[in-house]
Amino acid sequence: MKKAVLLFGVLLLLFQGMISCDKASETPDPKPPVITDPPPTDPLPLEWKKPAYFPDPVYDLSKNPLTPEGVELGRFLFYDGILSRTDNIGCGTCHQQQAAFTHHGHDLSHGVDDLLGTRNSPSIQNMAFSPTFFWDGGVHDMDLVPPVPIQNKVEMGERVGNVIEKLRKTPVAGATKQVNYPKMFEAAFGTNEINADRMMKALSQFMMTLVSSTSRYDYFLQGDASALTPLEKQGMTLFKQNCASCHSSELFTDHSFRNNGLIPAKINDQGRYAITLNEADRLKFKVPSLRNVGLTAPYMHDGRFTTLEAVLDHYANDQSGSKDSIFVSPSLDPLLQVAGQKRGIKLSEMDKQAIIAFLKTLNDEQFINDKRFSDPGIGTSL
Amino acid sequence: MKRTFSYLLLSFTALIFSASLISSCTDDPVPLPKGIISVKFDNVVGSKDLKFNSETYVNAAGEEFTVSALNYYISNIKFIAAGGNNYTVPQDSSYFLIREGNVDSQEITINNVPARNYTGIEFVIGIDSLRSVSDISKRKGILDKDSGPTNQEAMYWDWNPGYIFLKLEGSSDSATSSNSKFYYHIGGFGGLTTKTLNNIRVAKIDFGDQRAAVSENAAAQINLKADILKVFNGPTKVSIKENGSVMFIPFSKNIADNYATMFSLGQIINK
Repeated sequence: MKKAVLLFGVLLLLFQGMISCDKASETPDPKPPVITDPPPTDPLPLEWKKPAYFPDPVYDLSKNPLTPEGVELGRFLFYDGILSRTDNIGCGTCHQQQAAFTHHGHDLSHGVDDLLGTRNSPSIQNMAFSPTFFWDGGVHDMDLVPPVPIQNKVEMGERVGNVIEKLRKTPVAGATKQVNYPKMFEAAFGTNEINADRMMKALSQFMMTLVSSTSRYDYFLQGDASALTPLEKQGMTLFKQNCASCHSSELFTDHSFRNNGLIPAKINDQGRYAITLNEADRLKFKVPSLRNVGLTAPYMHDGRFTTLEAVLDHYANDQSGSKDSIFVSPSLDPLLQVAGQKRGIKLSEMDKQAIIAFLKTLNDEQFINDKRFSDPGIGTSL
Repeated sequence: MKRTFSYLLLSFTALIFSASLISSCTDDPVPLPKGIISVKFDNVVGSKDLKFNSETYVNAAGEEFTVSALNYYISNIKFIAAGGNNYTVPQDSSYFLIREGNVDSQEITINNVPARNYTGIEFVIGIDSLRSVSDISKRKGILDKDSGPTNQEAMYWDWNPGYIFLKLEGSSDSATSSNSKFYYHIGGFGGLTTKTLNNIRVAKIDFGDQRAAVSENAAAQINLKADILKVFNGPTKVSIKENGSVMFIPFSKNIADNYATMFSLGQIINK
């Protein structure tokens, strides 16, 4: 006990020593300061819950706790064309809510000045659970996702540094919708400083909330047996037998990279190989989630198939008019070349129709109509 | 007993700490035998000084070329002294981006170098793997990939996150690109989750008979030459015609091996 007192004394001395160094505080304050404004309070946290049957999220929420203000800022940034060089292409341009945040009707991504990319714009949903991003999985952290399309010359064609400068100068006189970003950053992060870390974190907060788990299939999982028709249930069984080895878990992806036998297009996109330079990764692309797949046409990394029928015809290796639609190369997925049978997955026409019926039960009408995810009125659509 | 000991230790630590605080209050801190080393990077092409766009140079493949951009990272600097008395510059103060287009960037200053006669220097050409994957809050200044020089100079790949260690661009009639330009963007830190290309190279330059003499009253200036011709004429002869655009591809390791040899000592000025 005595020693604790001694220690306290030493610490007190130490404290005084520190004060004596500060010349400004030599004259004692005569009276306590009068508090006029309530002290600034941190934004209240927003509870984020995963659906019980989903795996745990990958994103580290402790580094970026969600707040209503942060999510709202993220939503504005997501839809604002100010992120692009031409001020008219936002994230929401190629990730449209009604198409489960893909670019409906566009096989290849396109952006500023109508420039064309090389890959199909992937869905932005359930990002919290994804260990990698983009078709080639080059990015591992959701906070590092937004700079990729922003700085891609054929997408948003802008530098993040310029975006920050532009955001700092808002509200812009004459803009159709007046957005005061310094004020929104202050609400979300406590001060009005706008920097890249905060911008990316706000976008991550918004993307964290884009969880799709209210499809008819989800109601079925939650115990409503009548949510699926007999045909859809039959399709579910067939799906589990033939497709779920890659499109596994309730997220409908095993997050792996696979070569599904697509004949390389003219540009000869090598997919995952460009990231790892590993020969075994040639022509491999990320296995996408199938949630909302009925809404996200066209399909595949280059959007070559416009219908689910065409996709299943590819996997079953019986596309009309072609001899062998499965392109054989050293990295072709073993599941598509089983010894002693025709390459591909054996499916009858009836099987395909049942599987497609099941896949459409993954459409999440609530997700694509949720006002919390929608354009606050600043976006542009092309 | 153990408890008492820890209290004593804590009190003692607090006393030492307060003593150091008191000493920091005085105007004249106790001088420590430390000095300054500046390292100047002179970018050359063989025996010629590097000049953007105007001068024409010839590589070992006999190809004429001009240069329009040259940037490279220098990091993890270590000064070598006899008897293993090396001095490693603290990590956080050991990242530099040398740019031919920015004169100020070509001379770097290291403070608080222990007084000694140094016989050599070692550094990483590029950015070490640890920093390449560290939290972005630890990557500010010349490592700021979003609004700093890295972003301005496009020295970062965000599609496959990582720094570009060396960027050399120019024009050549031998280039097969539509605009006759060649592009060498070399990076690759070894990968985050899977092992990938590792183009981190260490340059080690022995000062020979010269010494960088650091004392509290004298600063040493080490003049290094960076010979761009070595990018083409190293262990691998690089032809602009055959390799006009080298970025994140396996061939890039040949260029990294080449530029690992491009630094040499000019002279040391002890002031």
